[in-house]
Amino acid sequence: MDTTRRIILKATMAAGTLAVAAGANLLTPSTVLAAWPAKAFKAKKMDEAMNAISGKAKPAPSGDITVKAPDIAENGAVVSVEVKTTLPKVESISIYVPANAFPLSASYILSNQMETAITGRIKMAKTADVVAVVKSNGKLYTAKKGVKVTLGGCGG
Amino acid sequence: MARKMKIRAWDNGKNTSIKAIIFHPMETGLRKDKKTGKKIPGHYITEVNCEHNGKNILTCLWGPGVSKNPFLAFSFNGAKKGDSVKISWVDNQGGKGGSTAKIG
Repeated sequence: MDTTRRIILKATMAAGTLAVAAGANLLTPSTVLAAWPAKAFKAKKMDEAMNAISGKAKPAPSGDITVKAPDIAENGAVVSVEVKTTLPKVESISIYVPANAFPLSASYILSNQMETAITGRIKMAKTADVVAVVKSNGKLYTAKKGVKVTLGGCGG
Repeated sequence: MARKMKIRAWDNGKNTSIKAIIFHPMETGLRKDKKTGKKIPGHYITEVNCEHNGKNILTCLWGPGVSKNPFLAFSFNGAKKGDSVKISWVDNQGGKGGSTAKIG
């Protein structure tokens, strides 16, 4: 009788320690940001990043997306990029630079209140395309724009 | 550490425009310190939330590929003058910040 009680106590204590450990783990920054797709941002290849963020479906080229970026960027550290689309029901807009060390630059999740245009500034390591992937009505569409970079902006 | 940001929100006649700039180093983690030859640890904003009257309108997921002192511009519908817009951010080192602006 007494031994059973001991065992149960031990078991609960062990479980308690585990719970505390799990709790502590949750406090580290990387897990607090559960929504942040670390895998996609740490991917070194365009395909991997794209798979991680929007699944394996291949985006279809679309003329309804405009990627506005300078033809020549003198400073690759600051390249202003605007992605605009007339596609309906836009859920997200992701911006990739395939030639960068980490191809995924930014991903925007839009509510239905949003106008479907986003402007931001990104870094570019070298002359490359800026690729926008738009998720509209559950499907993926893409467009790109070449930018000539005179001075790379990713360091290394 | 001074963590500052600026937000401008205004009624453009058709809807509401927002422009925001966050002052942040956005260190990629790939650069090396020229003097010591050691890598500078990555320090970048990972998530930015934009809210209108407490309702989320835009979530930005950012990586190290976003420029230093990131700039963000967008427009949205369904707001009127005097409404508040809140933008808050967190970075990969646990830092956070944010600011609110009234639509003018």
